[in-house]
Amino acid sequence: MTLLVEQCLNGLQFGLLLFLLAAGLTLVFGIMDLVNLAHGSLYMLGAYFAATFAAWTGSFVLGALLALGATLLVGMAVEVVAMRRLYGRDHLDHVLGTFGLILFFDEAVRLLWGPEGLSLPLPPWLNTAVQILPGIYYSSYRLAIIVVTLAVAAFLYVLVMRTRIGMLIRAGASNREMVGALGVNIKLLYTLIFGLGAALAGLAGLMQAPILTVQIGMGENILILAFVITVIGGIGSIRGALVAALFVGFIDTLGRAFFPDLLRMALSTAAASTAAPALSSMLIYLLMAVVLVFKPEGLFSTGNK
Amino acid sequence: MTPAWNVRTATVVLLLTALPLVPVYTRLAHDPFLLTLFTRIVIMALAAVSLNLILGYGGMMSFGHAAYLGIGGYAVGMLAHEGIYSGLVQWPLALAASALFALVIGALSLRTRGVYFIMITLAFAQMAYYVVAGIARYGGDDGLTIYKRSQFFSPLDLSNKIQFYYLCLVLLYGVTYLVWRLVNSRFGMVVRGARSNEIRMRALGFPTYRYKLVCFVIAGTLCGLAGALLANHNDFISPATMYWTRSGDLIVMVVLGGMASPLGPWFGALVLLVLEEALSSITEYWQIILGPLLLLIVLFARGGIDGLLRTIGGKRA
Repeated sequence: MTLLVEQCLNGLQFGLLLFLLAAGLTLVFGIMDLVNLAHGSLYMLGAYFAATFAAWTGSFVLGALLALGATLLVGMAVEVVAMRRLYGRDHLDHVLGTFGLILFFDEAVRLLWGPEGLSLPLPPWLNTAVQILPGIYYSSYRLAIIVVTLAVAAFLYVLVMRTRIGMLIRAGASNREMVGALGVNIKLLYTLIFGLGAALAGLAGLMQAPILTVQIGMGENILILAFVITVIGGIGSIRGALVAALFVGFIDTLGRAFFPDLLRMALSTAAASTAAPALSSMLIYLLMAVVLVFKPEGLFSTGNK
Repeated sequence: MTPAWNVRTATVVLLLTALPLVPVYTRLAHDPFLLTLFTRIVIMALAAVSLNLILGYGGMMSFGHAAYLGIGGYAVGMLAHEGIYSGLVQWPLALAASALFALVIGALSLRTRGVYFIMITLAFAQMAYYVVAGIARYGGDDGLTIYKRSQFFSPLDLSNKIQFYYLCLVLLYGVTYLVWRLVNSRFGMVVRGARSNEIRMRALGFPTYRYKLVCFVIAGTLCGLAGALLANHNDFISPATMYWTRSGDLIVMVVLGGMASPLGPWFGALVLLVLEEALSSITEYWQIILGPLLLLIVLFARGGIDGLLRTIGGKRA
């Protein structure tokens, strides 16, 4: 029971974290029609920045805030230098160009921080266990992640649906020329959106940093998951990203935790322990395949792409 | 009227005649490393030719093509691990496994198009990567050493580096010819038609989904062959062979060489791999140069090397 509650919360936490990444990816795709493979690099940079700034300032929160600002700036710089020139091009060009950026960022990180990973230690007040139900304790840091991501999701909703900037974002998504003709600085708007997406990825990275090691290539594995989520949720839909991220978070976490045991009931112990790691990593892709069979455009497709 | 002799034709003729002479040179210059490099180039060119079939001619932006390199390679590696060394068993199985994977992945992925297709092929290839990395019996993450290369009938000995190079080269020439014939056949015309206007092709009564799926399976199978060669060449196979950045490398080769050009992938593989060697001899951090270079190629050199040769040739003519 304790394990089940704990794993469910882990699934929720992982799902929400994935949502941050997928939201940035889908936002950039939905509005700028840009496929950004380098999104995972921004996630990685967020983690590296946080580890470095936290070590400099001696404060976890201050380091995290600085890292958030830094990824925002890097994101905006990348948009101005590279991405801007890729809008309106073939998707294959996006894939290749941003693939080049991944190589660049990975190597730049290796050059600046060295090939060994970093670690980001938690402050004592986050590194405790909280009693959430009678007799059930849960990591306070993971709880904090859940709270922060929920807050960010709410902030995104308000930003996109309730503010003037959000109105421009939505308008820019449906008709770029018209918004530009009405006197909106669409270039600046795009730079801001890309920066926002980068900051979301950076936030996901820096929050994941204390749980995993900060290392080169950490963004690549999670980027694939973000892709799976965008495909399941429907490209361009933030709501779809949230639903799909939670699905994937739960299935991946619970699958890894309980699937081997389930398999052990069906097969012999030896066969189960060989097959389980391979099969449980397949679960989310199977989910994606099933969604594709029934809804090739994803669960919440915006329909205009 | 195309000129009978221009820079492009000259380069192609040079390439076609120079590749068979590589072992002669390495023998005379005592440079075995160069032969290893060129064997790798030939194998990767073979994989890139197969990707060009779907990416260049078919317009299917598959980002999971390296999966077949891994599947073909693992078919050889796993059988060798179980003590079956005959190439007559290993290779057909490598091709069949790749074809089967391509059939399943293709049947699902081709229901979608555009960005979805890119992401889905990427995701399925990663799935294959994780599955292979999870199989402890065959080395898992660490990979699998292949102690004996595939065995064929007596004069053919794959452990002989020169013989192996020529085998790869013959296969490259053969597969390139096959792909060339294929894209100029009725079948190829339908696939290329579906690339430029799928709705019109369907209106003409062609079941484009089936045509594209068959094309996807052929490309996957051919890449599986490259995988079997690669495993033999390295005497080793690991999940890293099918990691998604390897699929990215293959796309780079195709685009760099020139999409939908019969010999484009050859140029692409040659230039990319030689560039990698050259840059990595300058600095340990060579990817910091290669990355922005890719971006520049995307931005400013759309037609790839083949397009460049055509332009130069056109001006001279």
